[in-house]
Amino acid sequence: MSEELFPEPEWLSEEVKTGTTIIAVTFDGGVVLGSDSRVSAGESVVNRVMNKLSPLHDKIYCALSGSAADAQTIAEIVNYQLDVHSYLSPMSYDPLVCSAATLVKNISYKYKEELSAHLIVAGWDRKKGGQVYATLNGLLSRQPFAIGGSGSFYINGFVDAEYRKNMTKRESQEFVVNALTLAMGRDGSSGGVAYVVTIDKDGAEEKCVLGNELPKFFDE
Amino acid sequence: MATVSVCQYHRGGFSFENCKRNALLEADINKLGFSSPAARKTGTTICGVVYKDGVVLGADTRATEGMVVADKNCSKIHYISPNVYCCGAGTAADTEMTTQIISSNLELHSLSTGRLPRVATANRMLKQMLFRYQGYIGAALVLGGVDSTGPQLYSIYPHGSTDKLPYVTMGSGSLAAMAVFEDRYRPNMEEEEAKRLVRDAIAAGIFNDLGSGSNIDLCVITKGKVDYLRPHDVANKKGVREDKINGRPETGNYRYKHGTTGVLTKAVTHLNLEVVEESVQTMDTT
Repeated sequence: MSEELFPEPEWLSEEVKTGTTIIAVTFDGGVVLGSDSRVSAGESVVNRVMNKLSPLHDKIYCALSGSAADAQTIAEIVNYQLDVHSYLSPMSYDPLVCSAATLVKNISYKYKEELSAHLIVAGWDRKKGGQVYATLNGLLSRQPFAIGGSGSFYINGFVDAEYRKNMTKRESQEFVVNALTLAMGRDGSSGGVAYVVTIDKDGAEEKCVLGNELPKFFDE
Repeated sequence: MATVSVCQYHRGGFSFENCKRNALLEADINKLGFSSPAARKTGTTICGVVYKDGVVLGADTRATEGMVVADKNCSKIHYISPNVYCCGAGTAADTEMTTQIISSNLELHSLSTGRLPRVATANRMLKQMLFRYQGYIGAALVLGGVDSTGPQLYSIYPHGSTDKLPYVTMGSGSLAAMAVFEDRYRPNMEEEEAKRLVRDAIAAGIFNDLGSGSNIDLCVITKGKVDYLRPHDVANKKGVREDKINGRPETGNYRYKHGTTGVLTKAVTHLNLEVVEESVQTMDTT
């Protein structure tokens, strides 16, 4: 009886997840990352404007999905480790994207039973240009593009059909925004606004596309 | 960087073996028909808002133990540092102890740096501690303060995730309070408007959620000044008992006013008595 009158609030028992749709795409000269902004705890949305594109270094970003606490913690630890790596190593250039991805992979693999977060690492370095790495469950795989999160299941067909090699920066940004819009339209755990980060040799540019500025698809 | 730290940080991993044992014991006890004592929770509505000059934090004052109100006027806005305060929802003991531990570590840290502590530092310390305990510490916090980088507000969940936002609500009454915020929040409000907004949000939680009640506490933090308004609004005034109407505390008073019982008939019978004998006995008063 007491449980019905006094239901325990969801955020106490349910872990805060980032539901999510995340995507990263390489283009000629850099990468474009995109994410939605919804964070849910059970059935309620606890943050509708969270930026899931977290900087690991100046030109390396990662996209968070899965458990919010696990993903945020991994991103902050790797950010710290890369800072130490940059200061202590006698390098005159920025860390490689491969290094950042390996650090994320090490944590994801070592604690794979305890953690439930999936991070996509993407960035630009002077050795190999724009790169995207998927680190699901502790694997490290370099791919031309990667999608992740609960919303990604709805757009697998779309990205496979629409992706072309060597798109321009503008085309890649459009591709990312279109993919996010379609996923947010179908997945209940994704929504809010779309965050897009473009990384090339000149640095990282963050953009936020509000809900009413997203492209319109068939919706009758 | 691995600098020498004056704070006593936890070394080594944490063993959650006892948690599994507790869950098994709980199941066994329930089979026998008993139930383990419920932890005192703060049900709660807590919220915070960033306005032009700082932040306003608000909280209700009810603490529950199962279905009973354990404390009608508990204080949910905890001190972290002179410029940072934290509201706590969830298990009362967890919020109390967690905020005290971080407050103590932050003071040591502040003495070490020689500067006023930053809100982001408190946020990091809290999230790292809560993540370490994997959600078993049931503390959901709203952390707010003003430092050299400006006013900031964070919400911190029991598993260790945090969000930095201009307005946040937590607790069982959070949905009611968030409805008020989503309707009336504007960036760069004045202090009076912000206080009114927070007061109304907490009131929404108090009147629409069973786990929240009693009064509304407010804490206004600006650069160099903190107003701890407890209580800011006595939303639920206790009624006056009938026998205290004149202010005098008369418990269990059975004196009734004249006219309470209607008189139907009155009959007076004189008893004519004569004095038969009269004697005097002297008292010994030595």
